[in-house]
Amino acid sequence: MKPFGYVRAGSVEEAADAYASHPGARYLGGGTNLVDLMKLGVEQPATLVDVSRLPLDSVEELPAGALRIGATVRNSDLAAHPLVRDRYPVLSQALLAGASGQLRNIATTGGNLLQRTRCPYFQDTSKPCNKREPGSGCGARDGVHRDHAVLGHSPHCIATHPSDMAVALAALDAQVELYGADGERSVPAAEFHRLPGDHPECDTEIRPGEIITGVVLPATAAGLPSRYRKARDRASYAFALASVAAVLRVDDGVVQHVGVAFGALAHRPWRARRAEEALLGAAPTAAAFERAVDLELAAAQPLSDNAYKVGLARDLALDVLTRLAPPTTST
Amino acid sequence: METDTAHPTTGPPDHHHSEITLRVNGKPHTLTVDHRSVLLDVLREDLDLTGAKKGCDHGQCGACTVLVDGRRANSCLLPAVALDGGDITTVEGLGGDGEELHPLQRAFLDRDAFQCGYCTPGQICSAIGALAEAAAGHPSHVTDPGAPAGPPVALDRAEIRERLSGNLCRCGAYPNIVEAVEDVIP
Amino acid sequence: MSDTDTALGAPAERREGREKVTGTARYAAEHTVPGRVHAWPVTAAIACGAVRAIDTTEALRSAGVITVLTHENAPRLADADDPTLAVLQNSRVPHRGWPIALVVAETLEAARAGAAAVRVEYEAQDHDVTLTDSHPGAYVPEEANGGYPGHRERGAPEGAFASAAVRVDAAYRVPPLHNHPMEPHAATAQWDGHRLVVHDSSQGATAVRATLAALFRLPEDQVTVVAEHVGGGFGSKGTARPHVVLAAMAARRTGRPVTVVLPRRFLPALVGHRAPTLHRVRLGADEQGSLTALLHEVTTHTSRIKEFVEQAAVPARVMYASPHSRTTHRVVPLDVPSPSWMRAPGEAPGMFALESAMDELAVALGTDPVELRIANEPDTEPDSGKPFSSRHLVECLREGARRFGWAHRDPHPGPHSSGPLLVGSGVAAAVYPVLIQPSTATARALPNGNFTVRVNATDIGTGARTVLAQVAADALGVPLDRVRTEIGNSDLPSASLAGGSSGTASWGWAVHEACTRLRAGLAEHTGQLPEPGLTASADTAGTADADSDYARHAFGAHFAEVAVDTVTGEVRVRRLLGVYAAGHILNSRTARSQFIGGMTMGLGMALTEGSTMDAAFGDFTESDLAAYHVPVHADVPAVEAHWIDEDDPHLNPMGSKGIGEIGIVGTAAAIGNAVHHATGVRYRELPLTPDRVLTGLPSFMAR
Repeated sequence: MKPFGYVRAGSVEEAADAYASHPGARYLGGGTNLVDLMKLGVEQPATLVDVSRLPLDSVEELPAGALRIGATVRNSDLAAHPLVRDRYPVLSQALLAGASGQLRNIATTGGNLLQRTRCPYFQDTSKPCNKREPGSGCGARDGVHRDHAVLGHSPHCIATHPSDMAVALAALDAQVELYGADGERSVPAAEFHRLPGDHPECDTEIRPGEIITGVVLPATAAGLPSRYRKARDRASYAFALASVAAVLRVDDGVVQHVGVAFGALAHRPWRARRAEEALLGAAPTAAAFERAVDLELAAAQPLSDNAYKVGLARDLALDVLTRLAPPTTST
Repeated sequence: METDTAHPTTGPPDHHHSEITLRVNGKPHTLTVDHRSVLLDVLREDLDLTGAKKGCDHGQCGACTVLVDGRRANSCLLPAVALDGGDITTVEGLGGDGEELHPLQRAFLDRDAFQCGYCTPGQICSAIGALAEAAAGHPSHVTDPGAPAGPPVALDRAEIRERLSGNLCRCGAYPNIVEAVEDVIP
Repeated sequence: MSDTDTALGAPAERREGREKVTGTARYAAEHTVPGRVHAWPVTAAIACGAVRAIDTTEALRSAGVITVLTHENAPRLADADDPTLAVLQNSRVPHRGWPIALVVAETLEAARAGAAAVRVEYEAQDHDVTLTDSHPGAYVPEEANGGYPGHRERGAPEGAFASAAVRVDAAYRVPPLHNHPMEPHAATAQWDGHRLVVHDSSQGATAVRATLAALFRLPEDQVTVVAEHVGGGFGSKGTARPHVVLAAMAARRTGRPVTVVLPRRFLPALVGHRAPTLHRVRLGADEQGSLTALLHEVTTHTSRIKEFVEQAAVPARVMYASPHSRTTHRVVPLDVPSPSWMRAPGEAPGMFALESAMDELAVALGTDPVELRIANEPDTEPDSGKPFSSRHLVECLREGARRFGWAHRDPHPGPHSSGPLLVGSGVAAAVYPVLIQPSTATARALPNGNFTVRVNATDIGTGARTVLAQVAADALGVPLDRVRTEIGNSDLPSASLAGGSSGTASWGWAVHEACTRLRAGLAEHTGQLPEPGLTASADTAGTADADSDYARHAFGAHFAEVAVDTVTGEVRVRRLLGVYAAGHILNSRTARSQFIGGMTMGLGMALTEGSTMDAAFGDFTESDLAAYHVPVHADVPAVEAHWIDEDDPHLNPMGSKGIGEIGIVGTAAAIGNAVHHATGVRYRELPLTPDRVLTGLPSFMAR
């Protein structure tokens, strides 16, 4: 770790200004991933702009029934928030399925979204990685890739995004609020993270210097049945092998609203649009769920060591959807 | 107020160092820290508080767990400079004055809840944090999602195990640790 | 303190417990001597070849860096009979992760930054790190680890197997595994003229002293190695490891006390690992279930610089009666890090294979697996023909079955459904040899009525301080609180290392002998003792290590209940129960903890732990504790350990067998057998992670 400067920002504007005036700056939220990567030499900031004390640490109800989560709300506080637990249980469950109690006390909402892949080739500066060093190659493709992507990967990168929280946000149609040189804007959570394509070094749609100020959970998903399920190598404190977040509303025997997203299958939380289209307006039967999920996963292109993920994701999605469907129709 | 120099080789605050104040186990310390220094290394190297352990240095084992402003946290991932003004409690600060042990420390002895002892300070600090979280109504991965938000969460063994899963123990003292924690549940 | 606390077997509380729960126990990196500096290793980024050039200019320029040691400037070491310690001596790179430089700096941060600034050019050669059972480089070693013959054969095993009425022929795979003690390998070294003082995280300071004295060409009495508190080892700190050599070199060069802590990610390559083992087990039996042929053939790897052969076929020489037997090892030298000891080397992977095969045989015969084992009890040790000093495996199986409720188990293999879960239970036997090393000890009676026992034992979490005080108090016939034990320092009477489950027997024998002599001396003494008291000493060389006419082993039985999630393939252990026959148990509290700890590591071996040798890069992919899954609290449910007290006069004065390792032996097989009982599927490769389990389930394959 090279020596670096440190600036504590008192406001969002101050943070963006500090970032702009310090070449090589990085924002410091909880630091759980950034400090980890700095120790590995993967991240080498010249200056840390500390945004962890910005006044963005509250969860507030918006007039139309939506919920805004400040970017510095800690993962543990978000998971425990009564409104989140009550209206968006999938988000609370996803958070609690990730990391450990003490890490969730540190990690922030914004930082969770911006965490990097745990691909071992990305983390090891002695190995090629197009995400870390564009053009150097992908060590994982010919290496060990049991944990890697089966959907949407590119010849340049097969990494997955490690967040549980982001999977729930994608399924919930959340919006990520950003502030930068061009002012404020918001991006759908499901589109905030990118596919690797030719530029795996870009994880997200965030622009240089932009800062996440918050996440808005829409009123449309509030109070709907929702659920998160994750499979992992040990019972706790492990990244997902595959996970699914789903929101489902069934009225009059047909699906009126559905949001499904997969975790650990792709470079971003994988919003299952095809499956959702197939389900909207359909009766929530086991056959319909199977058809929809298979339609989505037909796009999978597993590698030699990770074909299991397709079947695992299918199982998880069918299990979660079946449990969310009203009992009378879920056969 | 005690004043410590973080590193004997470094001078006054400069572009890569800052002066901060930490309250550690009730005592204020004003230090000049290298921005690269994490809380764990400041505790161990500069304040000679080696109770918090370095098992992995990357937030993957929990041996470094301390209480920051009353909440448990992995001290290996916290840049010390960002904690200026913070209140830190380490395993050395849990007991009362003199020889008095914290009830959980006593329970660890009673239950033989450790072998090599290296994860022990982190387990103890983590458990104290976890008990407070449960008392504050924080759910865990194994809490019934339908449980009402707000009231304290009752800690059965599954809850204790899940909440302490951020603290690895390679000696395999887990069942004894769970018993020790049960002993101090109010 | 009551007399019952004195007796051997009492649950005496750990003597260093208070220091450990208050954080005042100091480990090797925590001896903050004035002027102490830090060093950070740089390791090789190729799997085979040499360092062509190493540029330390930028590192030396970076703030706080004092010096950089490389093979070009490091102190020359003498040969110490361990090639893994010959670090920075030449440009050769025998495997990825080999140390090629050491940056010494005023602070940890500066040392890490300095290491990142070292520039290295390599001459890389093609590497081969892939173990296969048909590898052309495989050979049968003369000896496997522990000094066991590489190959043993009795009768005509091939023919007997071919003509057996019931046969099992199965291949099992155990991946590389990592010890990962919670305290990473660390040492603080300080030179005072020609004297070297080292705080080392080690399982045996006497052996480390001998190694350092040899490497640095010093008489042993000019080296002191302290290992007061050690944060686990599980074999990986059994002998000196590179970190202590690097620390001593750096301290010599800089004239400053130097601490080296290996970063966690460096451990898999630098401190030894459990080598992967490929097993073929063939069991032939008659219709009644009596074994007629037992063949266990193991292929494993070692490094290019050191032959270490995981003795995984050895337990098959002990376990079951069979007139025809072959147990053999083949080893392939590859461009991989040197394997070494990990808790129950040989027995842990070997008994996974053998005990899984026994379960398969029970299924093939339609016999209860407990009864099958009992039916094949040998009268004498099958390989040697020696009588057993004591063998209560049958009692362990019966007592375990009773406690576990085995009688209620559905005898048929699964699938056994319980909602979305498949539930099943399994059994496996355990064995671990009695190993004893010579040691020395002194015991002193002080004028104030107290006693001091001195022996360079090491407490790596076993409770050595405590149990040795019990041994001493028992031999002296005095209350426990009158005895003080001094351990963990090579200036104390020399003693063997904490390994091979031999510590308590080896140190205890010397302590017992010294205390017995002291007691006799005190009996002859009249009046007040003069200062500094009366001392007796003991050296058990020639007695403790004398050949025995008996085959001496501890035995045990493991029972497991598992639930397999058919949605995810996740396997969770619900109950784990072990019953052991390991001589007299000398401290019921710390013994139970060790048994449970071994079983927990066995649970990890079964379900969560596995490392992958990356064929492209030549290193272990799962190099940190996020990727290498040590079990967490949530993985470990009700674990029970019980024992049958044995009265065996052929062991040592305390009548004890080792207990530190047997807990891991057979646990993985019991869990694997339970998974078979639950699912009806036999998984023969560890660990039983969701990817393997899910895709093997009939419900999954039926799609």
